[in-house]
Amino acid sequence: MSVPLSIAGTVPNSKVLQGSPVFKTVAVVGPPNAGKTTLFNRLTGLRQKVGNFPGVTVEHHTGSFRLASGEEVALIDLPGVYSLNPKSEDEKVTVDVLNGDMPGADRPDAIILVLDSNNLNRHLVLAGRVIALGMPTLVLLNMADELHQQGGQVDVLPLARQLGTPVALVSAVTGEGLQAVANFLVAPPQFPEPLELPIFGDPRHCREWAVRMGSEASYKRGATPEWTRRLDSIFLHKLWGGVIFAVVIVAVFQAIFSLGQPASDQLQKLLDNVAVHLANVLPAGLINSLVVNGIWKGAGSVLVFLPQILLLFLVIGILEDSGYLARAAVISDKVMAKVGLNGKSFIPLLSAYGCAVPAIMATRTIENKRDRIATILIAPFMTCSARLPVYTMVIAAFIPNRPVIGPIVGTRAVAMLSLYVLGFAMAVVTAKALKSSILRSKDVAFIMELPPYRWPMWKSLGLRLMDRANAFLFRAGTVILGVSILLWALTYLPMHNGQPPEIADSAISRIGHFIEPAIRPLGFNWKIGVGLLSSFAAREVIIATMGTLHGVDPESHAMALQQALKSDLSPAGAIALLVFFAFAMQCMSTMAVVRRETNSWKWPILQFVYMTTVAYVAAFVAYRVTLLYWN
Amino acid sequence: MKLVLKMVFNFMKHLATNPGHSLCDLAVGESGILEDFDMPQNIAEHLMNLGFVPGLEILVARSGPGGNPRVYRVDGTEVALRRDLSRCIAVRPLSEAEAEAR
Repeated sequence: MSVPLSIAGTVPNSKVLQGSPVFKTVAVVGPPNAGKTTLFNRLTGLRQKVGNFPGVTVEHHTGSFRLASGEEVALIDLPGVYSLNPKSEDEKVTVDVLNGDMPGADRPDAIILVLDSNNLNRHLVLAGRVIALGMPTLVLLNMADELHQQGGQVDVLPLARQLGTPVALVSAVTGEGLQAVANFLVAPPQFPEPLELPIFGDPRHCREWAVRMGSEASYKRGATPEWTRRLDSIFLHKLWGGVIFAVVIVAVFQAIFSLGQPASDQLQKLLDNVAVHLANVLPAGLINSLVVNGIWKGAGSVLVFLPQILLLFLVIGILEDSGYLARAAVISDKVMAKVGLNGKSFIPLLSAYGCAVPAIMATRTIENKRDRIATILIAPFMTCSARLPVYTMVIAAFIPNRPVIGPIVGTRAVAMLSLYVLGFAMAVVTAKALKSSILRSKDVAFIMELPPYRWPMWKSLGLRLMDRANAFLFRAGTVILGVSILLWALTYLPMHNGQPPEIADSAISRIGHFIEPAIRPLGFNWKIGVGLLSSFAAREVIIATMGTLHGVDPESHAMALQQALKSDLSPAGAIALLVFFAFAMQCMSTMAVVRRETNSWKWPILQFVYMTTVAYVAAFVAYRVTLLYWN
Repeated sequence: MKLVLKMVFNFMKHLATNPGHSLCDLAVGESGILEDFDMPQNIAEHLMNLGFVPGLEILVARSGPGGNPRVYRVDGTEVALRRDLSRCIAVRPLSEAEAEAR
């Protein structure tokens, strides 16, 4: 038996072995909150999140780890799991990948198991199950820095002998001991078979085994950081806990509007300048119009939301990585229970104020399937950032700004706030209706692990934001660009003698007039009808559409568009339009993600029909009621 | 009215003389030894994965705003549970002497 000491990771100045990797694909496995994702980020530089709270590690991610020789090993980051019973979705993904049953993922030929060295008695149970799979495994006892700070200790060599695999004490945050990974990949050390591994024993037996393994390694756990308890006595305080919670939520939205809006305005100016430049540079005619009005204006109308969306995800990311969101779930649980949901639904619903797509992906951490579907179905009622520009434009055009409460809060702010409340109220009503009918469930087990508070890591946050930005830009670059070009083309067809038609003769006008009877009861004319049609691709598209239809630039001549809107809508029609947007399901991306996450067309179709019906009826009522009071 | 008060009094007396056997009955700051789970298997397994293993000591660490859910400390981690679930977890309350000894 030869045991290269460097593998143990405790020997100072251990060298990094040179050579070619023995393994091609290695799976990174570990329980939630063991720092698995931080380690994965450290090794690969690819984006991931910390912890297994909503929004985290919903799919397996792959990256590559570069060895000193320049050769690369593929790493697969798997969802955090406590055991290998494929009962939950996450555990099924892990088991499938490890068995090579996951389509699109190579079967790994080795495993890196990441455990929290501060929780070995609990986490070693998973080690028993993973090692029993019989694949070459490296066990990393992570968060060594915290273990040492809190006065704990563990000897890795005896543990390695007991487990029959190499074991290293590491810290993914500081990088301590991580040479063990490279050494394992190049020259995996051989150990004799372990004497005893609990695979499907009863939990008490498994834990006794884990404690015995720990005592072989002279394991002494560190004390729980005192400041986590102190912070919890404030954040979960009977009175102050709720107050701080409310302040945090208000601050999140305040940050998005007060910081995001100026950034969006700046970006808007920049985009407009480029548009003017483009229009000057390109030869006048079809191409000029296509590029400037079709492509640039269309995609640009969406691009301006990037700062606000990134800001929202940054703030949520900080709350999440610091550990506060787990507490927020606990605090909100009592309120969520009133509508039949639980605290775990709170985080996706908060994210839905930014965008329903990541929010729906974040529902994966809700164990109860019915609760999860209910959360998915109500998430798009939350006022997402795509509704903002529509609200802003219509409110600015139709609602005179008069002070309501003091000089700061005016009628426009009240109108905007009412729309937020409207969406939220409909979500509550819908949740209540769903949970007392088709999605009724008997016992809702709310089980929330509270990790210690930690400082968020900027690198981790940055990688995640980049991922969000990419996803958003991809959407802007595909769906919205496509719709913009199609609309532009429809305003240019049919051509007469090489000349575009008058707008009233264009193909788009014919489509608009065709659907006009359906929307006339809401107070909309055919142009608004076309705008609505196009907004079913994505809500914000309506602005670009209205701009194109009026032959004016929707951005640089914002006033002109607002004036033009008054020829399309009466004030009552404008209120109806706002109400319609508050409720309608106008987002192809959301429908696609609901289809993917529920694995059926039933739910997205039900959601679409329900939300659109509610929107139509509510807009009709709003139109009629407003007509009585305001002409 | 008198009858109601008497019932309340008897109930309180019952509570005082028969210390509760479910986790829900422990007050904040009290500890017990986990004994058994009366709940669907998958939920019990999830709890065990989080450290709720029969034989271990569990402490009611704190109560959230509104008294529900509460936070429990077991095996070095803190986990929040609603009362309806903690009612399904049987514990043997630690006597003061035992708690002192620990």
